Amino acid sequence: MSLSDLPLLQQLVLVLAALVLFTSFVLLEQARLVSAIHAFAWQGLLVAAVTSVVAAAAGAHHLYFSSLLTVALKALLIPWMLRRLVQRLDLERHTETLQRPALVIMAGVGLVIFSYWLVLPMVEQELSFTRNIVAISLAAVLIGLLMMVFRKQAVLQVIGFMSIENGLFLAAVSATGGMPLVVELGVAFDVLVAMVLFGVFFFQIRESIETLDVDRLNRLTESAEDVVADSAQRSAAGERQ
Amino acid sequence: MNALLLAVFVPVIGAIVLAWLRPLAMAGAFNVAVSALSFGASVWLAASVAADGEIAGYSFRVDSFNVYLVVLTAFVGLTTSIFSRPYMRHVVAVRMTDERGMRIYHAMYQAFMFTMLLALTTDSLGVLWVAVEGATLATVLLVSLYRTPEAVEAAWKYFILCGVGIALALFGTVLVYFAAQHVLADPHAGLTWSVLYRNAGGLEPAVMSLAFVFLLVGYGTKVGLVPMHQWLPDAHSEGPTPMSAVLSGLLLNVALYAVVRVKMLVDGSLAATSNPHLAGYLLMGFGMLSFLVAGLFLHRQRDIKRMFSYSSIEHMGLMTFAFGLGGPLATFGALLHMLVHSLTKSAIFVTVGHAAHIAGTQRIDNIRGLIRTQPAVGWSLLIGVVAIAGFPPFGVFTSEFLLLTATMQSQPWLTVALLVGLAVAFAGLFRHLHPMVYGAAPDGQKPVAANMLPVFVHLGLVLWLGLSIPAFLARWLDRATELITGTHLL
Amino acid sequence: MDHLLSPAAWGLAAVQALLYAALAPFVVGWVRKVKAWLQNRRGAPVLQPYRDLYKLLGKEARVAHTASSLFRAAPYVVFVATWLAAATVPLLAVNLPTTTVADIIVLVGLLALARFFLALAGMDVGTAFGGMGASREMLVSALAEPAMLMAVFTLAMTAHTTNLASMIDAQLAAGLVLRPSLLFALGALILVAIAETGRIPVDNPATHLELTMIHEATILEYSGRHLALMEWAAHIKLVLYGALIANVFVPWGIAQSLTPAAIGVGLAAIVLKLVVLGAALAVGETVLAKMRLFRVPAFLNLALLLALLGLLGHVILEVGG
Repeated sequence: MSLSDLPLLQQLVLVLAALVLFTSFVLLEQARLVSAIHAFAWQGLLVAAVTSVVAAAAGAHHLYFSSLLTVALKALLIPWMLRRLVQRLDLERHTETLQRPALVIMAGVGLVIFSYWLVLPMVEQELSFTRNIVAISLAAVLIGLLMMVFRKQAVLQVIGFMSIENGLFLAAVSATGGMPLVVELGVAFDVLVAMVLFGVFFFQIRESIETLDVDRLNRLTESAEDVVADSAQRSAAGERQ
Repeated sequence: MNALLLAVFVPVIGAIVLAWLRPLAMAGAFNVAVSALSFGASVWLAASVAADGEIAGYSFRVDSFNVYLVVLTAFVGLTTSIFSRPYMRHVVAVRMTDERGMRIYHAMYQAFMFTMLLALTTDSLGVLWVAVEGATLATVLLVSLYRTPEAVEAAWKYFILCGVGIALALFGTVLVYFAAQHVLADPHAGLTWSVLYRNAGGLEPAVMSLAFVFLLVGYGTKVGLVPMHQWLPDAHSEGPTPMSAVLSGLLLNVALYAVVRVKMLVDGSLAATSNPHLAGYLLMGFGMLSFLVAGLFLHRQRDIKRMFSYSSIEHMGLMTFAFGLGGPLATFGALLHMLVHSLTKSAIFVTVGHAAHIAGTQRIDNIRGLIRTQPAVGWSLLIGVVAIAGFPPFGVFTSEFLLLTATMQSQPWLTVALLVGLAVAFAGLFRHLHPMVYGAAPDGQKPVAANMLPVFVHLGLVLWLGLSIPAFLARWLDRATELITGTHLL
Repeated sequence: MDHLLSPAAWGLAAVQALLYAALAPFVVGWVRKVKAWLQNRRGAPVLQPYRDLYKLLGKEARVAHTASSLFRAAPYVVFVATWLAAATVPLLAVNLPTTTVADIIVLVGLLALARFFLALAGMDVGTAFGGMGASREMLVSALAEPAMLMAVFTLAMTAHTTNLASMIDAQLAAGLVLRPSLLFALGALILVAIAETGRIPVDNPATHLELTMIHEATILEYSGRHLALMEWAAHIKLVLYGALIANVFVPWGIAQSLTPAAIGVGLAAIVLKLVVLGAALAVGETVLAKMRLFRVPAFLNLALLLALLGLLGHVILEVGG
């Protein structure tokens, strides 16, 4: 079954899924914090669009609700929260360029090929038109993981984490036609709580190491001679608020 | 059914109330009361399951495997809450945290208990995922409670590593749901474990293998399997001691429970293929690796809580290996080990908390002469370490012996690795323990107000289990073994 | 296909080639006019480039005494190579002898030949500007060529051929199909086209500042008819890329038979498409600022990434199983 045999709506799903992958790469390489948040919002919007079009094409009406939930959470609420955090942390003009962009992009492309290979035995028997998107969604998850590995700024790591969730949601929609509603609501709730906690954490980190460069969180390692924290210091100091 | 709902949902109400309850003494007492109520309900539940068999309804499901974990969780939650009352009073007195922090602590404690109980009793793989992620979220703020740079770093590592791991587990869950779509009459039941288990033979092996890898890596991160264990020593050592006790004693068990549930599905799916033991081999590989690596790392530790966290990783590795080995003997041993390890490790962490208070530090080099300063603490620590290292007549010896016997039956060469690992860990623990307990106490070291009752109860139970396992418990474990492996041991 | 070698077909092919040369200055003039309107000026007349070329052709061609015969030959080689390359791209009709014989690899090869001689000419006289222009030109093309080839291969994989005429035929036969691979290939080709034709944001065609010129630096030493040929070649290159993008991705209107009506429609269609593309180019040039030279590799890496994603998208999403 080649592409031109599919109805238009299903082709649209494929185009949108390819655009989701593109936004993953954009997120991977984006240097400016605010632009990264916008790219993440676009990714959420595209995932919601895929959900809606799948709902229309397959006649699965409960997916409209999931799509609405995704838009509200991933395209609006979480980017807004991130934006507000960035403002309160005075990071609006912060940029962090990737150290070796060409290498990282090649790794990303490698991950796309790897995820395609990984899901190949799985999708060969599958007859649904969304089967090819499973590879794209796994690639989005892995590229989000890559972003978390190579990024040093805490906010960008969190955006990477959230884009992993986007990829997972796309996988759920494309592979299975949507998870049961209870589970989707639970996952959305977890993501929201995680975002709130991340916000709390940014302030705690900044308070303790004066910066949000998480590479500087390196007191607890196996190679360091001693664990610096001393219970004596803590209890003796006793200067907590 | 009522027992189940009571056991699981009382902590929720407790969490909500504790978030607002200001006076610290009242909060501590209320915490204990809620835990006691939950424990009582769990015992009632266990009795119902023993009498009627399984209980299912509202997408909950309590069978012989998880009811025993539910009772264990509620019990350790209760004893730890008893311990945490005077301990946290001391913590507030030395200004390591404040009243607002304590409200968060108590509320999150009960929220954490709720998520664990939910994870144990749910029948839906999706709700299981949500609950395990919820447990991570509930404890993240607690690890960073003291707000030191190390605590914040530990909490961040915990959050990120476990968050990523859990996300991979969600992908595995999606894959399981995907495999179920073709097999089940009602595709929407594709996440219900009991339905999946009945139809396991029809699930596509390729998909289930891939799903199992993701689920093992994902939930295995929370179990603390090497190489996904990096967050564990930090999180368990930087948080308040009651937190270390429940994290080490309970959350690791819940994560392993999730892995075993999934393994049961995968085994059913792969039974007819050319590689039916794939899940088992993976578990054995990760388990053995964790066991050996953690035993080696134990020697290098300078912080007492980190040392015992590595001991937790080692024991979880042993349990994973045992579940991977399969067969009634190893599975019975693994189930028993979950029980005795929880009890012993939480007792150890409680004792360690007191030891750290006495010495004013967590550094092993600076803790000395515990037996002379406060004999209760010193002796408890000594006995606890003897117990966890696997000496008879304690329960850990029994479960490790069962495991060694099972390994000798099926994989004789691996027995050597196990024995070597056990010896290495034993050497590491005692090497650090001896000066701590018996060294000359520094001047001015005073005993602290300590409620050692929970420790004595736990160690007493472990001793009892080592000397003679009561018949009802043996039957209980046997039924769980039969559920997991399909054959009785006794 | 048997009417392919008929005199009518050859005649149309010749007309098409001449049309490229004839239309090129018009398109450039149109782009400049739209830019002027966007900048609130009246701008030069649309036919001004014709007058410029005519003027240049009449002037004396001064050659530096350090120049070799290569310097004198290069304008002709560049012009002919670019013109031949343009002749392979279907403009009015699909099934013409020139377009069915040569494929897209030939196109890329001819453009590479032209660029090679352009760079040599720049270095030939020995001035600093020429050498600098040649090295910058080579930098841009070294990065743009893989992206272009990757985009081309993506197109080729969809149509199972590297022949442009067959590609367009396949596109027309399939009707309106949304292919992710083509979308990405289009993005990649637009970026590559901007880089290869030396437009903003890669290069400014109207500048002669040392800091900013790439293409202009290589032809700085030319005058008279040599300069006319070089400029004309650059104009033809712009129309070449425009026609390539327009006819491969939006092929409707192109003549598939050789009847006068179809050819008329084809002519009108291509003029319309070039006008629209030219206006879009002008808008893009007005809105964007020229990038600093060290950012150009990032720009072209984006093109390569898009082309790669197009290829991967084709393999993953479009090849049914």
